[in-house]
Amino acid sequence: MPSLKDVKAKIGGVKKTRQITKAMNMVAASRLRGAQLRMEAFRPYAGKFGEVLSNLAARAGEDASPLLVPRAEVKTVHVVLCTSDRGLCGGFNANLMNKAEDFAVERKAAGQEVKFTCFGKKGRDWARNNGFERVTDHLGIVGTRFPYTVASKTGQSLIDGFLAGKWDEVYVLFSRFESMARQKATLQQILPVPPIEIQEEEGGEFMAEHICEPSAEELMAKLLPMSVYIQVYSGLLETSTSEHAARMQAMDNATKACNDMLDELTLVYNKARQAAITKELMDIVGGAEALKG
Amino acid sequence: MAADIFLEIVTPEKLVVSEETQTVVAPGSEGEFGVLPGHTPFLTTLKVGTLRYKDASGTERYVFINQGFAEVLPDRVTILAQSGERRRDIDLERAKESLERAQQRLASATADTDYERAVGSLLRAQARLSVAESRTTARMQ
Repeated sequence: MPSLKDVKAKIGGVKKTRQITKAMNMVAASRLRGAQLRMEAFRPYAGKFGEVLSNLAARAGEDASPLLVPRAEVKTVHVVLCTSDRGLCGGFNANLMNKAEDFAVERKAAGQEVKFTCFGKKGRDWARNNGFERVTDHLGIVGTRFPYTVASKTGQSLIDGFLAGKWDEVYVLFSRFESMARQKATLQQILPVPPIEIQEEEGGEFMAEHICEPSAEELMAKLLPMSVYIQVYSGLLETSTSEHAARMQAMDNATKACNDMLDELTLVYNKARQAAITKELMDIVGGAEALKG
Repeated sequence: MAADIFLEIVTPEKLVVSEETQTVVAPGSEGEFGVLPGHTPFLTTLKVGTLRYKDASGTERYVFINQGFAEVLPDRVTILAQSGERRRDIDLERAKESLERAQQRLASATADTDYERAVGSLLRAQARLSVAESRTTARMQ
């Protein structure tokens, strides 16, 4: 039976841990709200953009831009890996890295070289420890209120590298925010731009006879880089939101675990206390009996 | 005239403008263009510059636009821009500073100066300032 003092110290410790996890939970909750708002603010832009792009694609044809053309031979693959800077968020980063690892192994088996651009410290450390070539690292972005220019600059350098033949395919690996309880590591190809789905016109009011200035092909060529930025931005936003959601969940679980531990420890403490009292009583009774003797 | 073009200016970070307007004048990449109600469907890219519109009460308003494109339909104009700021949201000090920086960079340009970037930020700073200054001219009139 542990001593009373030990148990008491342990209870104090667990209580303090609980306070920290509770605070982290609340911080994550408020950041999550911010991140979700930003995701919502971005949605109209992305939605509208997709609409216009798909209509243009229907008119401009397949070879309007070199960004659309798949390479015959893929030698180098570039992955933009979005992870968080900080831990304590459950399996969040591990999920992303597992996915990255699977992908890298598969591509290496096919004789391709895999390079990474890492957003987030966790991903960078992982890529470094596994000996992958990193093109650039960006720390302090995921999970904060980063500006759109982060995405457009990254997107532009991805495009430049693609056009210069430094890499032949580009993917974004990010954590899709499906719900509070579900964040899924998702791999999405961004270059060459996958064939754009042509949506059926709804009600026929849209784009049928638009005048395009400059031509539809030139417009397409201008819009495609923007669509790459959008994908990078949305990947980063989703990852940020997921990170906070994952941390909230993890901290909630930790707080619950603390509560369970406290219950158990309190039980142990009370038992020990009672045992001590019983023992003292026995001593007193024993002593009295002996005197009566 | 009825106020009946619905203008929406959307950037990745927020919805900048969403309101009924009478006329819209936007900086197209092939030249500035004006839109009145009943305009034919039209799609174009935009350059860095000023977008003007008359709101429902007939007041001229100015918005800074940084690249993007515009979709014009008979009763609505949608602008998707990489960034956009209404006149009152422009940070004058910052714009002035970045104008100076860009000018310096261009003045002391060497072979490794990213010329395009410098020109780009010069243009943005100039456009921001010209939007911000349109306030003073409008008041004087």
